[in-house]
Amino acid sequence: MDQVQDIVSKDRAMLARFEERVQAGDAVEPRDWMPEAYRKHLIRQISQHAHSEVIGMQPEGNWITRAPSLRAKQILLAKIQDEGGHGLYLYSAAETLGITRTEMIGQLHTGKAKYSNIFNYPTLTWADIGAIGWLVDGAAIVNQVSLQRTSYAPYSRAMVRICKEESFHQRQGYEIMAKMMKGTAEQKEMAQDAMNRWWWPSLMMFGPHDSDSPHAADAFRWKIKRHTNDELRQKFIDKTVPQAELIGLTVPDPDLKWNDEKGGYDHGEINWDEFKQVINGNGPCNKQRLQHHKQVHDNGAWVREAAEAYKARTNNQSSN
Amino acid sequence: MTQQEALFKYILRLGDNALIHSHRLSEWCSNAPFLEEDLALTNLALDMIGRAQALLQYAGSVEGKGRTEDTLAYRRSERQYYNNLLVELPNTDFAYTIARLLFVSAFEKEYYAALQNSADSTLAAIAAKTLKEIKYHFAHAHDWVVRLGMGTEESKQRVQNAVNDWWMYTSELFEMDETDEQLVKDGIVPDLKALYPAWLQAVTDTLKAASLDVPVSGYMQTGSRKGIHTEHLGHLLSEMQYLQRAYPDAEW
Ligand SMILES: [Fe+2]
Ligand SMILES: [Fe+2]
Ligand SMILES: [Fe+2]
Repeated sequence: MDQVQDIVSKDRAMLARFEERVQAGDAVEPRDWMPEAYRKHLIRQISQHAHSEVIGMQPEGNWITRAPSLRAKQILLAKIQDEGGHGLYLYSAAETLGITRTEMIGQLHTGKAKYSNIFNYPTLTWADIGAIGWLVDGAAIVNQVSLQRTSYAPYSRAMVRICKEESFHQRQGYEIMAKMMKGTAEQKEMAQDAMNRWWWPSLMMFGPHDSDSPHAADAFRWKIKRHTNDELRQKFIDKTVPQAELIGLTVPDPDLKWNDEKGGYDHGEINWDEFKQVINGNGPCNKQRLQHHKQVHDNGAWVREAAEAYKARTNNQSSN
Repeated sequence: MTQQEALFKYILRLGDNALIHSHRLSEWCSNAPFLEEDLALTNLALDMIGRAQALLQYAGSVEGKGRTEDTLAYRRSERQYYNNLLVELPNTDFAYTIARLLFVSAFEKEYYAALQNSADSTLAAIAAKTLKEIKYHFAHAHDWVVRLGMGTEESKQRVQNAVNDWWMYTSELFEMDETDEQLVKDGIVPDLKALYPAWLQAVTDTLKAASLDVPVSGYMQTGSRKGIHTEHLGHLLSEMQYLQRAYPDAEW
């Protein structure tokens, strides 16, 4: 009995010290003591982020073989490769918390781990490649800049590295849109149509209002999160609307209006029902994306097994 | 055929090989056996797109009719393409993709080393840059062929099948026509036949290191020097050229 009590009060002291440290702005390293709930929260968040980078390769990959110029193909391919690289850093960051990549991929396949909802929308025309770079990477940057100062050091280091590349992506996407808006009538129509389809899902990327966000309180107390979903969304809107206007795109929100008093835009109500539907697996591409990932993983099993077997064999030889 | 016409047609062959091989490799994006390999195959594809750009741009300037690298890539039909049949074949599986990479990179390693000495300074410069990339491509192919050959029973069988099935496309790499003869004479391009022994040695060394059999050469496929391809190229081009063909007035 005494022993149990001891452990409990020791834990409580550790927790108090941990929270004090984090409040003071200290970074948490993998070897430091951390509460189990903090570790779990981060594993969920970082692995979800890693899976998003990887699943996001599919909708953009859909246009590699149809890119309309050699330069466009090169930029797109390099961009998708960057996203895969982000997936790798993030898987490594999550692994410092005591979970393996294989386990994380397993959780993705069972549906326990999620990925960003945005990638459950289809890329239907070349303009969608512009819209993804500009809007989706643009929204990701706002979120990720804020995460550069997140309390868990490996995650924050990954964000610093990733953010540099994301701003390239955002510019390249905007360049595609700008070029199309200077092009033929058909190109303009394609660009506006992509804007119409990607605008609202991009706003949903920031998640529900914080009052409806299930893990928000812990995340703030532990300084994993530093800005509310609504704050970040507002930042994105304020930065993006003038960019749209500059190239002649219309934001598909009749309620969008500059609000002098708050120094930002007011916007119309987001369709949270659609958001919930997509999260619950009913988006246009949920099944396709997951199935693709599983199928590729299964098809590649013999290659991974061969590499493992070869490694084991050569390790044996060198130790003999 | 004038010297200019011969050079134009010859550079198209080089550019088309890079472009079509890169297309096949880029199809692995988000389809590779694991993430690191996804990035590696994409890297190879990126090298090859860069090379295709440089070569097709040069072809356009040699031709002198104002065609850019993009018009040459996106507005020619299958009978006007001169890449080797090997690079247009569908990826099939990872073993086939790797076997092809071995055959092609072992060839290009010798080829671009020789092309560095071209009397044409543009080709010599492109060759020098390309050679650095090819060395990495060959190392990647070699390492995988060995891993697969010495991995599991299944991987050994698969890579052996791939090597056997696509062996019949390898002698086309060394085929020479009147454009070759004309340009070899002036020291602009290497004699392909002279590269064959070094190629065979490199491929044999890799297959032996992987404890795989070297196929016995039998009937060999041919056609690309005359622009006669497999059925696969037409599908590849209709996908690749779709936007350029559907919106001919648009710039992207
Ligand atoms: Fe990313
Ligand atoms: Fe991201
Ligand atoms: Fe990105």
